[in-house]
Amino acid sequence: MNARIRRIGFALLSLFLVLAGQLTYLQIVEADDLARKDPARAILKTYAEARGPILTAEGEVVARSVPTGDEFRFRRLYPLHSLFGHVSGRFSLSGEPTGVEAVYNSALAGTREDLRYRSLGDLLIGKEHTGTVVLSIRADAQRAARDALAGRRGSVVALDPKTGEVLALYSEPSYDPEPLSDHDAGAARRAFDTFNSDPANPMLPRAWREVYAPGSTFKIVTAASAIEQGVADPERDFPVLTELELPLTDRVLRNFGGSRCGGTLAESFRRSCNTTFGQLGLDLGEKLITTLDAFGIGEDVPLDLLPAPVASLGPEPGTFKAEQPTFAFAGIGQGDVAVTPLQMALVTSAIANDGVIMAPHVVQEIRDVDGVVVDRMGPEAWRRAVSSATAATVRDLMVSVVASGTGTRAQISGVTVAGKTGTAQAPGGPPHTWFVAFAPAEDPQVAIAVLVERGGDPAAGAGDDATGGRVAAPVAKAVMEVLLKPPTPAAGAEGASGGSGDDG
Amino acid sequence: MTATGTLGPAFTTRRRFDELLLLVLVGVLAAGGYALTLLSERTALTGSLAPRLGAVMTLFLAAHLAVRRFAPEADATLLPLAALLDGIGFIFVARLDPELAAAQTVWTGVGISVFILTLAIVKQARSLERYRYTFALLGIVTLLLPAVPGLGREVNGARLWVRVAGLNFQPAEVAKVVLVVFFAAYLIEKREVLAVMTRRLGRLPLPDPRHLGPLLLAWGVSLVIMVQEKDLGSSLLFFAVFAVMLYLATGRGAYLVIAGLMFVTGATVAYRVFDHVAARVTTWLDPWPLAQGLGFQLVQALYAFGSGGFAGTGFGLGHPDQIPNAATDFVFAAIGEELGILGAVAVLAVYLLFVGSGFRVALRAERPFLKLLAAGLTTIVGVQTFIILGGVTRVIPLTGITLPFISYGGSSLVANFALLALLLRVSDESGGDETVIGQLPAQVGAPAGAQAGGRAGRGAS
Repeated sequence: MNARIRRIGFALLSLFLVLAGQLTYLQIVEADDLARKDPARAILKTYAEARGPILTAEGEVVARSVPTGDEFRFRRLYPLHSLFGHVSGRFSLSGEPTGVEAVYNSALAGTREDLRYRSLGDLLIGKEHTGTVVLSIRADAQRAARDALAGRRGSVVALDPKTGEVLALYSEPSYDPEPLSDHDAGAARRAFDTFNSDPANPMLPRAWREVYAPGSTFKIVTAASAIEQGVADPERDFPVLTELELPLTDRVLRNFGGSRCGGTLAESFRRSCNTTFGQLGLDLGEKLITTLDAFGIGEDVPLDLLPAPVASLGPEPGTFKAEQPTFAFAGIGQGDVAVTPLQMALVTSAIANDGVIMAPHVVQEIRDVDGVVVDRMGPEAWRRAVSSATAATVRDLMVSVVASGTGTRAQISGVTVAGKTGTAQAPGGPPHTWFVAFAPAEDPQVAIAVLVERGGDPAAGAGDDATGGRVAAPVAKAVMEVLLKPPTPAAGAEGASGGSGDDG
Repeated sequence: MTATGTLGPAFTTRRRFDELLLLVLVGVLAAGGYALTLLSERTALTGSLAPRLGAVMTLFLAAHLAVRRFAPEADATLLPLAALLDGIGFIFVARLDPELAAAQTVWTGVGISVFILTLAIVKQARSLERYRYTFALLGIVTLLLPAVPGLGREVNGARLWVRVAGLNFQPAEVAKVVLVVFFAAYLIEKREVLAVMTRRLGRLPLPDPRHLGPLLLAWGVSLVIMVQEKDLGSSLLFFAVFAVMLYLATGRGAYLVIAGLMFVTGATVAYRVFDHVAARVTTWLDPWPLAQGLGFQLVQALYAFGSGGFAGTGFGLGHPDQIPNAATDFVFAAIGEELGILGAVAVLAVYLLFVGSGFRVALRAERPFLKLLAAGLTTIVGVQTFIILGGVTRVIPLTGITLPFISYGGSSLVANFALLALLLRVSDESGGDETVIGQLPAQVGAPAGAQAGGRAGRGAS
């Protein structure tokens, strides 16, 4: 019987070898493939780890993790709720993370090399090694933006033009990411569905994911293009007209409210004459597109947020011959031109920063649990839009707009503000109202773009009153006033003041 | 015992010392695994189960002392291997469900008591041969109990539980041990008749149809278990173990071929007729489209293996709680996830060592009945392990059955400890190692009691 017992023994041994072979297949060969197919483990892995906080520039807590008794161990809370909804993004069981939560995930989760355990001792005492992400955005500026918009749909984007640090980034409506981080997947899903089915689309970060006709704020680009390329200087005279006849069509381009407008380029800019800038668009032709490219219109903007900004649009290159009226309308920010509020803030920052656009970023630094800064987002130039001389010339034009033109409502006592209004016709309703500005004009600390959709009141029909100068300029003023003062460190914010004090 | 006298106390002492040493090592491993799981801080496990783990390890020391007392010549590796599997099982059950683990320690206690009692009561394994038909009756009745209306209970779609006096019990686990004792005695008695091949089908010699009775009976019982109780795993296990023992007893490979054909026929019919069988096969062939339904559990297990990779996530650091029933049938997926292929293959190796030791006991046994008994008991462990691990790793269709000594399950633990006790009893009866035994009759000179007499009467085949 022994020979048979051995045979059965070998048979069982071969069966076990088959098991070992299958284990090799599952755990070595197929492991990565299986990991890709399995969403739950990746989520659990992410959720069961401690996660560092997100702080505002002054040290207020935007997001933090609190221990829970359930399988996920930590829940994400957003104490500022919808004020930073688009910026912080969400860390949710239903769907991919977004915003800072997504882009700075490795820092928050502590998986970056520079945040790993430093010693065995750290491991043994159970010391967390998560990172703290500090925004350059100020909570006080966010509140000012939200209060100034007062429930009207729109966006406020403010930057430090010299560093690219984003100082305010708020869109109305916003959303509170906290219900989405509920550990009850059903509740999280319901919260998501509620936001998602809301016709106001609160989860859409309008500031960098929606494009609008820029209207007259785009005259900054047209003027800069004309000056940069020698097509016109501020003293060039333009006819005083009520409307501009366009080539290749019987359409005409009218001034706002049918007024007579014209004179020098400087005068036309101050009064925002459409006829002058329509003519400039025709004079520039394809040259206008060169300037659009230089300003990054049509390019992907390198912002450290997810979903990433959508690119702004201008007329197609090479179409001037066939589509001349399009270029006339482009000259006044209508027609084929569509931009994000973020893009307009960058255009403004180029004028404020001697013609150079700095790469925008919402995070200023990353700290470890001991508060030591492990990474600082240095200022980095994105692109040169125009020469320093052109920027200086356009700056003077913008100063006159606020001093005595269409943007007087943005005046701040004791500070020279440079700005430009915009009232953009948009199909299907009243015009969108814009205001872009920077201040102080001689040493810019803030560049800002404000958009209020449909003049802020679709029901009233808006009419002549709903202009960029009336609706959007006061919002920009309110936010700039806050940003021109140094921030107040938040109570109990450990070490937060050190970093934010320099931002100015 | 007589053999102790012949081989000398030093040999026996050495063997038991090895056993003790191995048990201490197992204790260190179990304590280490428990501590690491606690350190992970990712599970619901607290230190409160530590006294219970200590108690279990102490119980194994008691088992060791019982072996010293009742079976001093027995193999030194089987008990520590069982303890190691039990320890790994405790850590993983505790990590998945601390309450189950608390119950598991009680069951381990009951199992070890049964182990000690079996060793104490069954003084000589060959005496079991006499009660073969009692065992047969006992085995078949227990096996079919769950099919009895009113008594049987259905859990997770399988009707393999019996509720007696408020306790749920899985009779199949006990029946398998009892029936192997019967098979061994019965097949040794009839093996000469069964070995006669009267016909031929091509090159395949066939036994007289009259003698196919036992095989047909086993087949019928297996079908009842599969159809009535929906317990595919036990059904396959019984039939496979019976076929293997029939082959071992008669030496006729034809029985394996016939059994194989019968299995294929039964399985094919079952696949076409019974939904629960068809579902298992469909899920096995391609679980991915069913990942949110029937295939959920299997797919979760595959994910667990995948995420374990080479070295695993570490004790307590994986997410095996994603797998339904991870503490029972799917515990191996949890091991694969947290200990990686290193740990999973190590556990496979432990089973292989156990099976190897079991077959060694069979090889060294002198009486055919004892050989067949030891081989049958070992085959149970080997085949049962393959059936569940093959199911969990998608080598074969999944059939719910426990992983011996590791899975949570009272009946399973108790039955496996009884099985272990019988193996050690056979091992003890066969004395020392093979070469010594070969020389034994000449050295001993005079037949030392019934043991030598039995050997002379039957002879080993």
